[in-house]
Amino acid sequence: MDTTRRKLLTIITEAVLEPRLIDLVKKMGASGYTVTEARGSGSRGVRSAGWTHNGNIRLELICSDDVAVKISEHLKAHFYADYAMVSFVMDVSVLRADKF
Amino acid sequence: MDPVIWFFLLGVFAGLMRSDLRLPKAVYELLSMLLLLTIGLKGGIELSQQPLGRLVPQVLAVAAIGLVVPLAVFAAIRALSSVERADAASLAAHYGSVSVATYAVGVSFLATRGVPFDGQLPLFLVVLEVPAIMVGIVLARGLSAGSSWSAVARELLFGKSIVLLLGGLIIGALTGPHGIAPLAPLFFDLFKGVLALFLLELGLIAAGQTRALRRRAVLVVATGLLTPVPAATLGIAIGYWIGLNLGGMTLLGVLAGSASYIAAPAAIRIAVPDANPSLSLSASLGITFPFNIFVGVPLYFEIASWFSGAGV
Repeated sequence: MDTTRRKLLTIITEAVLEPRLIDLVKKMGASGYTVTEARGSGSRGVRSAGWTHNGNIRLELICSDDVAVKISEHLKAHFYADYAMVSFVMDVSVLRADKF
Repeated sequence: MDPVIWFFLLGVFAGLMRSDLRLPKAVYELLSMLLLLTIGLKGGIELSQQPLGRLVPQVLAVAAIGLVVPLAVFAAIRALSSVERADAASLAAHYGSVSVATYAVGVSFLATRGVPFDGQLPLFLVVLEVPAIMVGIVLARGLSAGSSWSAVARELLFGKSIVLLLGGLIIGALTGPHGIAPLAPLFFDLFKGVLALFLLELGLIAAGQTRALRRRAVLVVATGLLTPVPAATLGIAIGYWIGLNLGGMTLLGVLAGSASYIAAPAAIRIAVPDANPSLSLSASLGITFPFNIFVGVPLYFEIASWFSGAGV
């Protein structure tokens, strides 16, 4: 099987940020993204998702190394201080390299 | 006591007991849509039956409440406590803006007593929702809030509550009482039942907020209890001045005395990220909302009765 290495960037954060983050990742070169609703608990307390504005989202996208680094740096500089946010990058293998 | 308020108590009790009771998110969304549309449609029908000319000065007077209340709250909190500027501005925005559920409880209270109210009140609800949030953002950030203004404007002006309230007003005004009659079973006959379920969910959320109330508890409780009555009295006085009837004055008092827990938290979270969101939310939803539905609404009715000289 002929596969190519890409990065999977996952961002778990407050639902209120969704429109801004989507604008951001598109502007920084992501070709697509997936958003799901999430719930859990962390250093900022329980985020229950039972209520629209208190909920969490999980935004995932597959991109090149450069884009993953660029977005991660931007998140760290502009969002980490004030928002409940966790993001991480993993290596993934994709079949259609031109798509990501 | 209005029967719908029991449902709020039931929700609070279930929340405090950590019951697994939970309204599905989609149901909660539907209930809030029904409430907003009902309030808008009702106002639109009333507006279709009266001249619009005298509305303009009234709207301006009501908008002034939305500017004065947040400035007064901000000044009072900064003078009396050591709270950060961003948190004081966030509280000011929440208390200047309004709560639709509190308004709905006020409508239900008046309906139980057979007291009519002016048709422009839903329009005032729309007018009061946004300006205070803008004032709060300016208090926190100055006029140079920069790039976040466009995101905030989208959140505020095209958010669910404004779209549905204004949409309902316009549809109601265009179709009038006869045109809307086929929809009445869904929107008007079910109003109290929808409100009861909505309050059940709010009780669950409010219980969660009081559990979260640990840090800054004195500030949160003091703001939550001391702000509503003076703000409501200002609203009632303005209502008297612009010539509202007894029910209208009561509801304008309810609006001025209520605190936002949907529009303001979302907008402030985007525009003033350094403000602690749980501080304002626990004050508005954990303290002020219960205070208003148990004590505030009947009290504002008494104050409005005093103003109108009608006696009770």
